[in-house]
Amino acid sequence: MKEDKHVLSMLVDNEPGVLSRVAGLFSGRGYNIESLCVAETMDPQISRLTIVTKGNEPIIEQIKKQLNKLINVIKVFEMTGQDYVQLELALIKIYAKPENRAEILRIADIFKCKVVDVGQEYYTIEVTGDEGKLSALLNLLKPIGIKEIARTGIVALFREAK
Amino acid sequence: MELTGAQILMLMLKSEGVDTIFGYPGGVVLEIYDELSKTDIRHILVRHEQGAVHAADGYARAGGRVGVCLVTSGPGATNTVTGIASAYCDSIPLVVFTGQVPTHLIGNDAFQEVDIVGITRPCTKHNFLVKHTEDLPRIIREAFYIARSGRPGPVLVDLPKDVGSKKIKFEMPGEVKLRSYNPTYNPNIRQLHKVMELVEKAERPMIFAGGGVILSKGSKELTEFAKKTQIPVTTSLMGLGAFPGSDPLWLGMIGMHGTFRANMATGACDLMIAVGVRFDDRVTGKTDTFASQAKIVHIDIDPTSIRKNIPVTIPVVGDCRIALENLSRLADEAKFGDLQKKRKPWLDQIVDWKSMRPLDYQQDRSGPIKPQYVIEKLYELTKGEAIITTEVGQNQMWTAQYYHFERPSRFITSGGLGCMGFGLPAAIGAQVACPGDLVVDVAGDGSIQMNIQEMATAVQHKLPVKIVILNNGYLGMVRQWQELFYGKRYSHTCMSCAPDFVKLAEAYGAVGLRATQPSEVVPVLKEGLFSSETVIMDFRVASEEGVYPMVPAGAPITEMLLV
Repeated sequence: MKEDKHVLSMLVDNEPGVLSRVAGLFSGRGYNIESLCVAETMDPQISRLTIVTKGNEPIIEQIKKQLNKLINVIKVFEMTGQDYVQLELALIKIYAKPENRAEILRIADIFKCKVVDVGQEYYTIEVTGDEGKLSALLNLLKPIGIKEIARTGIVALFREAK
Repeated sequence: MELTGAQILMLMLKSEGVDTIFGYPGGVVLEIYDELSKTDIRHILVRHEQGAVHAADGYARAGGRVGVCLVTSGPGATNTVTGIASAYCDSIPLVVFTGQVPTHLIGNDAFQEVDIVGITRPCTKHNFLVKHTEDLPRIIREAFYIARSGRPGPVLVDLPKDVGSKKIKFEMPGEVKLRSYNPTYNPNIRQLHKVMELVEKAERPMIFAGGGVILSKGSKELTEFAKKTQIPVTTSLMGLGAFPGSDPLWLGMIGMHGTFRANMATGACDLMIAVGVRFDDRVTGKTDTFASQAKIVHIDIDPTSIRKNIPVTIPVVGDCRIALENLSRLADEAKFGDLQKKRKPWLDQIVDWKSMRPLDYQQDRSGPIKPQYVIEKLYELTKGEAIITTEVGQNQMWTAQYYHFERPSRFITSGGLGCMGFGLPAAIGAQVACPGDLVVDVAGDGSIQMNIQEMATAVQHKLPVKIVILNNGYLGMVRQWQELFYGKRYSHTCMSCAPDFVKLAEAYGAVGLRATQPSEVVPVLKEGLFSSETVIMDFRVASEEGVYPMVPAGAPITEMLLV
């Protein structure tokens, strides 16, 4: 069966140990986590946790059921297959030799990135976008020389009905 | 009213209806034990914390209530883990209170500190670390509610020392409301109508019932539905007793050591109604070929059990008892035509399978004693009415095969985890729950030694449990696998040095009996079972007897090794 990427978004109790319950469920049952992102919502007692995982249909169904079974998980939404917006933020530290600096800035401009730190040898740029945009950018920057990268993982919300 | 955490704990236990605790004191729970001594709650002092949890498990199953344990921090807490894991696999409602070092020391690697909430996260239904005495009443309420509702399971509550000693103003908490936990009890009636349509059409239906039927107290409803629709019934190990073992529709147990007819029926049926089961690998064997001709209906209160291992035609999420009650009602209106005539070919086929390959063994008069013979005589002498606990391995399987349980909650075994050392403490717990009943632990010489220290618990609390040891000098089930699949190389399965169990019983202040000849089996059983004391009966049985039928792990269950 085909293994597809799925974005699961869930509301959980904002309590110590909840992340560990979710992460432990994935590791204990051999499911994989491609990315995971968690932070408080408007209600300080509730956090939103967004997980990107891979699996065939029965596995994804089982993951959703298992997550729902956790006492601290309030609700699980599967985003994949629905109309939703997703974004990821990345900080990229690029090796900026004098002859490359203009090109880096040009690329950053095209991708609407912000330069957040400039040093003698490195530029750090900030980018937000979906996965396609981020990988396109990384492909362009790779030949120039990426020193480090920090990505948040995807956050997602359903679109409102038009 | 100003009360300490320990006093609040006692009040809350009383309000949850707790009258018995299995436990073991220690440094950080002194405060709680001090308060406990001022109440009328009965405390069963065990000899090892694992014993406390298994005993609470046996108590919960035999008595149909939540079992409660109280132990100290560190090693006291880690010793409970095996028992908790076993209860989790078998969905047994327990609340385990563990002591913890004072909150200001948590994380400092303090003396007898362990992160028991972290350790037990994957083997509890839920667990709590109580950080403030103010939260204690609510958490205890929630712990009991979570343990007993939905698919039951163990809940652990970790109590730091200072939480128990701090005084606060106490108010009794109200009903539990958890926004994220609402088990579905009432099944979707449209789904049940669909199930009935399949039942009407089916030529070769069977019911496969499991522990969920017993936990939901749905045995009566199961029996009624099966009889009304003339559908034969098999159960998993956990389901034994959910359907009377003497009924003509009874197929015997399914799976690796299931009966020939139950496994053949599984292969041939065109409809399987699975109730309160989780399609464990010991049941299904090779999943691709399991019930391959059948449409499968799966009724369970836990949605994760459905479509986890086996594809299902109609899923029904809900309480097994309520679902069966509804199905029974729907069956009254169903159009079966002449049901007897319709079922005859199928039921005849099952009778054929039964007579072709019944459960069988040969007991020679001159010996050695066959273990199956001991169980059969145990069954006859107790008329199938005793509460039987088992250890794990051959003793467990022979009990499942040869003790024909008539009623639910009479067979108490570590089914999912398969935990050796379970039987004796579980028997102690069952005896506490049912003081008037005969409670027997069927053990092997290997597994009885895993928690033999609980003999002292039984004697101290005057619990007259009976221990039947099928003593073959081997770790029998592992030896059987070595015989069949590892060229008879008995690597470290021979227990050539074991205690003299008769003397051991006497050393504990119990009664010890022994049988070495077939002719001694019945007299020893009679003397032991009808004694008013704790008794060990040591049956020296044939050393290399195997459990049959047997389906090799991962093979289709219709491909059985017969004797």
